[in-house]
Amino acid sequence: MEATSSANSIKKSPLLNRQIPIVTRSVKGKFRTFKTAVMVIAYSVYFLLPWLPWERNSAASQAILFDLESRRFFIFNLIVYPQDIFWLAMLLFIAAALLFFTTGLIGRAWCGYFCFQTLWTDLFIMIERLIQGERPARLRLLKQPWNAEKIFKMGASHGLMVLISFWTGVTFACYFTYAPDFVPRLFTGAAAEAGYITVIVLTITTYVAAGLSREHICTLACPYARFQGVMYETDTLAVAYDVNRGEGAAGRKVPAKGLRTREERQAAGHGDCIDCGFCVQVCPTGIDIREGLQYQCISCGLCIDACNNIMDSVGFPRGLIRYDSEQNIASPAPHKPRLEWKRPKVLGYASALVVATAILFYNIGTRNDTEANVQQVRQPLFVMLSDGSVRNRYQVNIANKTEHEQRYELRVQGIPAAALDIGNIPEIRVRAGKSLSINAKVDLASDVARNTKEFSFVIIPTIADAEPVVVKTHFNSH
Amino acid sequence: MSQDKAATTTPKTTGHNWDGIEEYTNPLPTWWIWGFYITFIFTVVYWLLYPAWPIGDKFTKGIPGLHTITYTAKTADGKEVEKTTHWNMRAKFMHEMNEHQADQKQWFDKVAATSFEDVSADAELMQFVNSAGKTLFSDNCAPCHQAGGQGKIGMAPNLTDDHWQFGGTYDEIHETIAEGRNGVMPPFQDTLEDDQITQLAHYVLSLSGEPHNPALAATGKTLFTGAGICFTCHGPDAKGNTAMGSANLTDKIWLWADIVGTTGQEAKVAEVKRIIAGGVNRGVMPTWEGRLKPEQIKLLTVYVHDTLGGGR
Repeated sequence: MEATSSANSIKKSPLLNRQIPIVTRSVKGKFRTFKTAVMVIAYSVYFLLPWLPWERNSAASQAILFDLESRRFFIFNLIVYPQDIFWLAMLLFIAAALLFFTTGLIGRAWCGYFCFQTLWTDLFIMIERLIQGERPARLRLLKQPWNAEKIFKMGASHGLMVLISFWTGVTFACYFTYAPDFVPRLFTGAAAEAGYITVIVLTITTYVAAGLSREHICTLACPYARFQGVMYETDTLAVAYDVNRGEGAAGRKVPAKGLRTREERQAAGHGDCIDCGFCVQVCPTGIDIREGLQYQCISCGLCIDACNNIMDSVGFPRGLIRYDSEQNIASPAPHKPRLEWKRPKVLGYASALVVATAILFYNIGTRNDTEANVQQVRQPLFVMLSDGSVRNRYQVNIANKTEHEQRYELRVQGIPAAALDIGNIPEIRVRAGKSLSINAKVDLASDVARNTKEFSFVIIPTIADAEPVVVKTHFNSH
Repeated sequence: MSQDKAATTTPKTTGHNWDGIEEYTNPLPTWWIWGFYITFIFTVVYWLLYPAWPIGDKFTKGIPGLHTITYTAKTADGKEVEKTTHWNMRAKFMHEMNEHQADQKQWFDKVAATSFEDVSADAELMQFVNSAGKTLFSDNCAPCHQAGGQGKIGMAPNLTDDHWQFGGTYDEIHETIAEGRNGVMPPFQDTLEDDQITQLAHYVLSLSGEPHNPALAATGKTLFTGAGICFTCHGPDAKGNTAMGSANLTDKIWLWADIVGTTGQEAKVAEVKRIIAGGVNRGVMPTWEGRLKPEQIKLLTVYVHDTLGGGR
């Protein structure tokens, strides 16, 4: 008895008290519409993009293809190579700066409207409503014993969730392989092992994260959710409950006789909050926004929609829960909520964002399709030939980043042209997306060698209007 | 948050009480316990598939035929035998090596079927020559010729320069590797006087533009083509003979006498004298035919000729 009760008390402790599933009420309003619009766009892009054809010469004709095997990442007409890892670093920096910028300005907009955890959870909640009904019906279903109705409704909704998770996994895998080829192979058992592993892992994680864990991911697992709180300032717009207006002097109150109109309520000292609890019922993380800003709040705006609807129905002005700054809510005479962007932090992040984006685009725009690097053979660093001249050897690596086979000419600059010898290779041809190492020898007469410390290799693509690549290198002698 | 923490850390007891000593109860989370049970199931599956329990000097090998590996191994007499065993790391290694060898074989076959000139003209094939050649060279040639083929004065010739004692064409290099070489110079300390050897040394140094005494060198020249009989091997113009491996004395490259590394006329003369007096009997290149496969020797030939790059 003693042991059971202590176990129960541990289950009841606030940190682990997550056994009660959050069953949300659906709501209509401008935030709901915005969320749905984002969802439709995001899902259309995610699920359809891998099926977009794109003409290619050296790889499958797919617009977005992360070809791990050939180590090339095709994004429409851009081909990204592992050497371009700098771009990824820039992209991550831009993403981080964008997150800091928006969070400082309008709070956790990413969490509320764009995060895939939010999107998939939202979709799965929609499925539940579709099959099991609105909140009261779902609560009833949860409480009732496992009869045929419950088994069917639960099974159908979770079956559909698993199915969507599965297709999420399949779509993810499609970004890494030619989709029209991969999907039939997947079902006939002929796809690669990595394909099956990816699909299974993504199916499980999607279903567990969005179908079962839901808000726990945001409140317990997600690091971004936690550190975004640090970026809030008193000027940051956040989903907030106007506590002065809502509580008044005597607190919130359910409308009763003599407390129905605003004037009656204000006379009795009660605020505008009629304590209907809708803002709590619609919350996907199950919090009460009236308790103030909380780390669980993903600022999805659904409570604003819920409250506005109620305010409309009782004839009170909208905006009891609204996007507003902590400072404005606390002030005795709040002005209209406005975007306080003239702050050093916001402007700083904005300029970092602009600069980083400009650098990235400049870099992508000016990339040369020929990449070359030269490595001097160091063992031996130089060698004396029989006539006393000095030889240095080099490995010249030429990467062809175009989609066609290319021919290149290798020349030297700063030393006599005849000094270069690439053996029997008649012509340097590099296949699309490949690179080639050429053994190059450079022989200089001893007096020239003594005065030569540096020279350059010039790699000239033999196609029109291509920029030659000049690589400076050292020359060593006694 | 601080409130939350206090609530979870308040100790609960099992209700057992011995002389006022109570036992705390901190049950493990359910998911953790289940994770623990799943490891039990995992181990049982593991025993069925993999080698697991030691029994004396033997061990359990899982259910026979359930999880096997097939690989090809070479027996001591060179025969290839296919073996199928229970799963083990060694067999897995062999299996993977078989796969890699099959991958590599295509390239060696291509080298074997292509002429030296065509291999060296094929830039993609040369990449294979560069990497496979480097491994073969490191394993077999580097002990004498050094890792980069730069050789060592007094031991093995530099393969990256353009001087070839036994010839630098593909065929000559191939012959050198396959059949080996033996470069010998007789000692002259018993047949020549010391001052004659000095005169010869001055002459030899003069041939490659090293500091020398012109008068002594002039006498040396007559000795070279006369009583010293040096010309019989090194030729009347002292340019050597690749057929027998006699060195070209007119170039800047020295293998046995360390002329580049010594300074001053006297020291250089002493170095050359040491070779003329004592001769050379260490110029031995072993034969690699039989030790390396023909395609490996062919690849090494191209590697030495083109990658190391001294070929002429």
